[in-house]
Amino acid sequence: MKSVIKSITTFTALTAILGVMSFPPVLAADEKSVMEKGKSLAFDRKKGNCLACHVIKDGVSPGNIGPPLIYMSARYKSKEALHAQIADATVANPNSLMPPFGKHGILSDAEIGKIVEFIYSL
Amino acid sequence: MVLSLNLCASISMLAPSLAIADAEADREAFVAYFKKQFSTVPYEDYVNGVYALNKDARSQWEAIEEFPPYEIDVEEGQKLFETPFKNGKTYASCFDNDGIAIRQNFPYFDVKSGEVHTLEQDINACREKNGEKPLKWKKGNIAKISAYMAYTSRDKIINVVIPDDPRAKAAYEEGKKFFYAKRGQLNFACADCHIYSPGRLIRTETLSPALGQVTHFPVYRSKWGEIGTLHRRYGGCNKQVRAKPFKAQSRQYRNLEYFHTYMSNGLPINGPGVRK
Ligand code: HEC
Ligand code: HEC
Repeated sequence: MKSVIKSITTFTALTAILGVMSFPPVLAADEKSVMEKGKSLAFDRKKGNCLACHVIKDGVSPGNIGPPLIYMSARYKSKEALHAQIADATVANPNSLMPPFGKHGILSDAEIGKIVEFIYSL
Repeated sequence: MVLSLNLCASISMLAPSLAIADAEADREAFVAYFKKQFSTVPYEDYVNGVYALNKDARSQWEAIEEFPPYEIDVEEGQKLFETPFKNGKTYASCFDNDGIAIRQNFPYFDVKSGEVHTLEQDINACREKNGEKPLKWKKGNIAKISAYMAYTSRDKIINVVIPDDPRAKAAYEEGKKFFYAKRGQLNFACADCHIYSPGRLIRTETLSPALGQVTHFPVYRSKWGEIGTLHRRYGGCNKQVRAKPFKAQSRQYRNLEYFHTYMSNGLPINGPGVRK
């Protein structure tokens, strides 16, 4: 796996240097970094701080106000539906304890998008 | 058992006004809710806040209580309380029973001003009446004096009264509304954390039940490294959800304290306390 990523990165670098953009490998590398960004946004106390309330794989000292975030692709048919839940949890549950991250401008739409990529992979 | 007998006695002595009936129904529902949520926690144990629910943290806390960090504050508070003002009078001259064992009656509705008065407010009113400058509200000498006054009131049963006055009822209602209203960028009500989530973890912090939260104020917090008042804590809990805190002793916080403390009527004073 590592070597694949490595070769992709090298390939990307190479194509970049050569100025030739070949799509599939570039996307793969981007997807990975998007996921990584999503993860750090989700874990960052000043951003998503999702660990305050949810158990998430690799997350240290999580709270338990909300359910553990696992098998998300089984829970949500689409990434859009997951995006909607994070953007405004009060739609599904008006009394939700989960902050409406999008509606209250806690996270930008782009940031939520990255978090969705990460959460959907769990 | 003794507690509940006391309670019945005091309730039946009150005039059956609507305001009291409503607030009393609220309080009973409040207590019943927690009883159902935590059936093994005895009613009197709610004065211990989060330690009523978190047994691991409790033993650590009990060890701290053997040599509590607020002891020196109580001593200093007593000294301040007993030292005469420039005019020769002392704080005792401003309070019922010379200010001893009266914490349980605060906050109260003051008919003259038509507003809720807190203990801290009356401490400063006493100073001003006697030609002294008021103290800062959230920490320092006011918290020490308040700590001493709480200390002399330990085991006294909280007895916040809502007189038959529409202004008192309105103050109670405003405090109640505050407690249940979502606020701040993070959209939290006090109730979200302290009614719907006690016992649960927000990160590594176990949330305490709203019942009994006020009994042990002021509190020495290791986070503050000193003793602070209830309104300081209110401000902290507001800021935590990225809401703009109100000023200590603002009408909003006094009315909040009125509702919040009324819910703990029947529990004994055990302040000052020590918390993380
Ligand atoms: C303060 C508490 C809190 C925080 C912070 C929080 N959540 Fe939640 N979350 C909840 C609660 C409670 C629920 C349960 C459903 C409800 O009440 O809305 C929930 C539900 C969810 C669900 C639906 C789970 C399911 O199986 O239905 C998802 C997905 C979710 N949260 C993702 C997130 C993400 C991503 C973040 C961070 C960006 C986050 N949450 C931050 C409290 C929180
Ligand atoms: C996002 C969660 C959250 C919200 C909302 C919140 N608090 Fe807190 N509060 C805490 C935490 C965490 C603590 C520290 C642990 C404990 O004792 O519950 C705390 C502690 C307290 C304490 C001290 C308890 C003690 O035993 O010393 C009081 C009093 C209090 N909160 C009142 C309020 C009031 C009133 C509001 C609404 C204005 C409020 N809180 C809103 C999380 C919250």
